[in-house]
Amino acid sequence: MSHGVCIISIQADAVNVLQTDNKMQRLTPQFSLYSAKSQAAGMLQVAAMPVSCSSCGTQRAALRRPKTGHSLCKSCFFWAFEEEIHHTIVSAQLFQPGERVGIGASGGKDSTVLAHVLKLLNGRYSYGLELLLVSVDEGISGYRDDSLETVKRNQQQYELPLKIVSYQELYGWTMDQIVKQVGLKNNCTFCGVFRRQALDRGAMMLGVNKICTGHNADDIAETVLMNFLRGDIARLRRCTAITTGSEGAIPRCKPLKYAYEKEIVLYAYFKKLDYFSTECIYSPNAYRGHARTFLKDLEALRPSAIMDIIHSGENLLVREDVKMPTQGTCSRCGYISSQALCKACVLLEGLNRGLPKLGIGKHHKLHHKLLSEEPLNERDMRKLKDF
Amino acid sequence: MCQSRVCVSLPVLIFVLRLGQKCMKCKEGTAILIIRVGDAFCRSCFKDYFVHKFRAMLGKNRVVYPGEKVLLAYSGGASSSAMIQQVQEGLSRDAPKKLRFVPGIVFVDEGAVCGQSLEEREVTLSKVQSVLQGTGFPFHIVRLEEVGSPGRVSRNYKQAVGRSMRHGPGEESQPQVLEKLAELSTADADAPSGTDTAPNSSFPAELTERLVQLFSSTKTLTAKQELLHTLRTHLILHTARGCGYSKVMSGESLTRLAVSLLSNISLGRGAFLPLDTGFSDGRYGDVLFIRPMREYSLKEIAFYNRLFSVSSIFIPTLDTKAPENSSIQRLTETFVTKLQADFPSTVSTVYRTSEKLNTCSAEDRQEDHLQERCLLCQCPLDTHAGELPASAFQATQVSENLSQQTKENCASRAETAGKTCCKQGQCSFPPPPPCRRAPGIMRLLCYSCRLTMKDLVISFSVEKAAESFTFTKSPFCGRG
Ligand SMILES: [Zn+2]
Ligand SMILES: [Zn+2]
Repeated sequence: MSHGVCIISIQADAVNVLQTDNKMQRLTPQFSLYSAKSQAAGMLQVAAMPVSCSSCGTQRAALRRPKTGHSLCKSCFFWAFEEEIHHTIVSAQLFQPGERVGIGASGGKDSTVLAHVLKLLNGRYSYGLELLLVSVDEGISGYRDDSLETVKRNQQQYELPLKIVSYQELYGWTMDQIVKQVGLKNNCTFCGVFRRQALDRGAMMLGVNKICTGHNADDIAETVLMNFLRGDIARLRRCTAITTGSEGAIPRCKPLKYAYEKEIVLYAYFKKLDYFSTECIYSPNAYRGHARTFLKDLEALRPSAIMDIIHSGENLLVREDVKMPTQGTCSRCGYISSQALCKACVLLEGLNRGLPKLGIGKHHKLHHKLLSEEPLNERDMRKLKDF
Repeated sequence: MCQSRVCVSLPVLIFVLRLGQKCMKCKEGTAILIIRVGDAFCRSCFKDYFVHKFRAMLGKNRVVYPGEKVLLAYSGGASSSAMIQQVQEGLSRDAPKKLRFVPGIVFVDEGAVCGQSLEEREVTLSKVQSVLQGTGFPFHIVRLEEVGSPGRVSRNYKQAVGRSMRHGPGEESQPQVLEKLAELSTADADAPSGTDTAPNSSFPAELTERLVQLFSSTKTLTAKQELLHTLRTHLILHTARGCGYSKVMSGESLTRLAVSLLSNISLGRGAFLPLDTGFSDGRYGDVLFIRPMREYSLKEIAFYNRLFSVSSIFIPTLDTKAPENSSIQRLTETFVTKLQADFPSTVSTVYRTSEKLNTCSAEDRQEDHLQERCLLCQCPLDTHAGELPASAFQATQVSENLSQQTKENCASRAETAGKTCCKQGQCSFPPPPPCRRAPGIMRLLCYSCRLTMKDLVISFSVEKAAESFTFTKSPFCGRG
């Protein structure tokens, strides 16, 4: 009886965890069919009907796996979750013994679970990796301050070295200052572009061979849908790759590529991992919100839908005669870019000249002017000023 | 009257026209509609545009030859009605681009599984019959129950069963019903021949009952819709083969294809997008399926049908009364419709994205793998584990295995618990645990059809039902 009560209280807690974790309802009112509460109820085993774990057959099941529907006890769930990531690492040959691997750490659930599991597997299977945490400080007061505190605690908990690179330090602008200039409409473009480079630069300072990010299966599936809807064929082809950017830049990989977001939440919850669970205070873009809600609805209908979409993405073949942008390097900072100037440099130039629109639309023709530091004429100025 | 949920109401379109705006093409006629931003057409130029588009589509692709027999798949809906009208138009005119093939029409009556009573079905069929008679083309009306026609055991099927039998009895957890269903896919035997096949009004209720049972024992609407699609396609193929048609035209509109593209991605059919939604689909070998309506939006079609009195018949389908989130296909339709309202380029962008995709190197594989194809959908199998270093297909199997009590699990856990390093660098990165292979018939299905099969609740009665669809002598044999 006491056991049953215990499970019920866990259930209530996990429901809360999942609710704070999912802010989609607020962002996309017209697609808000998804209810985090009802789904979480299905993930945890109902206490009134004790079911035994389908893996060990002895312990009482504590949850229903969102990914497979099996009822598992806590320890069998941990085991399965970790072994799957191990399997991904081994079969995709993500690492070589002796490598220095930077973990992109944001303080959120994905990167916290990633750091925890990598540290654990590195010990369990003697990968022989040197793990480090790399964090980016975007300069968003009230959001990043707290999450960086989490990362600093993680550093101590996992005994891993930590490097923090800030937008302020790299670009001379914090996100708070950027938002003041560009408003809330396109700020995510700036943040996304800057973060990508910042992580690379931090990793370079640490001299790592590889960067791991916490992208999970839901993120990948959502990106497949997004790129298909937007017709971005180059990204569509790249987005399901588990390792990217081996030429020039530091290769990146996604060990959680096949891990469900819900399972990451459950793992972090049951392991009592210390993570920070608030969405960025500057709201994300609405279009991605639609795709995410759609994905959640699909998952509710058929839990394998997330994996099914990734399977689709992995098997899409782009016609050979379709033109792909050629990758070169930015003539200002040397970062990989398909244009003369990389996106970050263009955005930065726009901020510094007081013309934030510069990096948003397609203004490739202006690049040579920026490169030679020529002044822009009045027509160019007018196009770029009003936001 | 357009019955489709995707269709945007017509008055909205007319509203955006400026009063007295001239047709952009002839500059004389008064514009009555706007197709895209800025393209305002008068009635007669709109007709020219619509008719030209159909012939240009066929002319550009050059797959239909003069004198060839082409079977038009008719569903009663706006799009296939417009397609038939275009064929009539093209054959009758003395225009330089006159169509020169020999058409016939096929209609599949799915009433049994779409909740229609016998009386309702008869009413529908008589409407369909009168429409089809009006075309003057030969037509074939087939009932979905006819998937149970005799003589459907083909060589492929026997080989398939032979292959699956070679595995131990313990592995055969997927029962017979799957194999029975699989037969349908390779049916290539006796088909109805002749023309103007009217439906038989006296067919055994037993056959209907069994078909209904098969569908009601399918757990999800998603799988039911997939199953219905497969059965319908095979009946059409069967009819085409039996009556000597070498091409089938099906009337999916641009809007319909955009929905299919997205729902097929969600159903794990990414490898087959070009086959499932492209202009020509040659997966069946002898009969080529083509989609000549794929560049018309439902809006255009609805407008054309209204202006030129092309009537369509409302026939309820599997998801007609189903709520928005009742199946993956239905959910996707709702999603695309809403997104299209907010971002009007959605449908055309999705379509253009799909045009940049290629069929999964089917040609290369034909030689290497002796053309292994899915028993149900006939697409080249996309389940060759080990081709990618890591894949969603493989990862799913790993998850399944790790969540169940297996010998390998116990062994590897015990080993890891008391593990010590071999100190020779051999124990790091051990090979991944072996994947248990999919049982029996599942191995002969593509990734997506396996998902459909998983949703079939297997019971004794279903097994019997499926059996009857394969071996029962049906009253339809020898007709025509
Ligand atoms: Zn257990
Ligand atoms: Zn298939």
